[in-house]
Amino acid sequence: MNIFDFVIQYWPRLLAGTGMTVAQFFLAAVLGVAIALLMGLMKLSSNKLLRGSAVTYIEIFRGTSLLVQLYWIFFVLPLFGLSIDKFTAGYVAVGMNIGAYGAELVRGGILSVPKGQWEAALAINMSPAQRMRRIILPQALVNMLPPWGNLMIELLKGTALVSLISVADLMFETKQINGSTFLSAQAFGAALIIYYVLARFMVTPFMRWLEAYMARKMGRA
Amino acid sequence: MFDWKWEFAWEILPRLVSATGNTLLAAGAGYAIALVLGLALAIAQRSPYRGLTFVVREFVEFIRSTPLLLQIFFIFYVGPQFGIRLSPWMSGMIAIGLHYSCYLSEVYRGGIESVPKGQWEAAIALNMTTVQKYRRVIIPQAIPSALSGMGNYLVGIFKDTPMLSVIGVAELIHTANAIGSEHYRFLEPFTMVGIIFLAISLPAAGLIRLAEGRVRRKLGLK
Repeated sequence: MNIFDFVIQYWPRLLAGTGMTVAQFFLAAVLGVAIALLMGLMKLSSNKLLRGSAVTYIEIFRGTSLLVQLYWIFFVLPLFGLSIDKFTAGYVAVGMNIGAYGAELVRGGILSVPKGQWEAALAINMSPAQRMRRIILPQALVNMLPPWGNLMIELLKGTALVSLISVADLMFETKQINGSTFLSAQAFGAALIIYYVLARFMVTPFMRWLEAYMARKMGRA
Repeated sequence: MFDWKWEFAWEILPRLVSATGNTLLAAGAGYAIALVLGLALAIAQRSPYRGLTFVVREFVEFIRSTPLLLQIFFIFYVGPQFGIRLSPWMSGMIAIGLHYSCYLSEVYRGGIESVPKGQWEAAIALNMTTVQKYRRVIIPQAIPSALSGMGNYLVGIFKDTPMLSVIGVAELIHTANAIGSEHYRFLEPFTMVGIIFLAISLPAAGLIRLAEGRVRRKLGLK
């Protein structure tokens, strides 16, 4: 059976799996960006407690594997009375992991804003919150978008791990199809191509567009 | 709430320690493959043959944009379909080595591109062959600026070895899973695996930074 016949026969399951992968990707991306912003700002805070907890969070999530974190959240958290279903456990683990990597990007982006901008905001009597929201963050965002593009690809790849806690994503469906048909080359080959198309023709162009859009908004294009 | 059992933790510690050995072995072997193959991919991307450059470039992009987990499955299951049987270790090493060689090729590429143009011209002026040029002029100068990226991926490969558990390589997560299902206790094994990972990757990251500084100083690069 060649790969085209394979796709024609199994497309509903591949499509369902791809849908689940995309859903996990979006939820994890939203959570990851929120955590990255929070932790990145906390790491720059002058409050020792805030800074300490951000550093701890970042080191723990960057120092261990995503798979370890995923299993821990799924198998161990219920023992603490915090039972979460596999769908939630999946995107929460991936999002928290990516958030830790993103926090470093946020921090770097904020530090890359020229000092004069901070002083100017101070000179026109802005509050720290105003300064961050209206002057610093928009410029930091433009600076840090290119590495976020790579991180989003890592995020997409990371979602494949949720199949190991039986979330029915593309990876999971592929494994199931392989288990019942033994058409390994076709099944895994088709999945490889789908992931590649998602990464190369959806995620990357979107991030490029976002970069150009933000640069235009900032009058830098 | 929860009950952490110290006796149980002590009892399973030796098994986890020996699994740590396997994890480190897998990371080391995978990294060795990636170092060599990555250099080959980086040099191939600079070859004058446009066809070869294009194919290698697209291959690297493809591997970098698809999940390692899927690549591990692909290599492990597709071989037998064509009569090639690979052991879990073998296919795991090929998958992880290949995946990271693509990342390392980008690191090398950056390093090679940072070598000033005059050095290339000087090598040509001295009538060096391509092999001599790379071995004696370009690579020694490209490595220092590639060092930090190379170090990061060593830690990265270590953190990705748990994915090998899916094809039955007895590394840390595989062992923790086995212990968990034997005793119906997941708290201790998974928590200990997490701590082992932290205990290795954090000092390793620090050591790599130290080593990097030392190599740079030795090469007279400040």
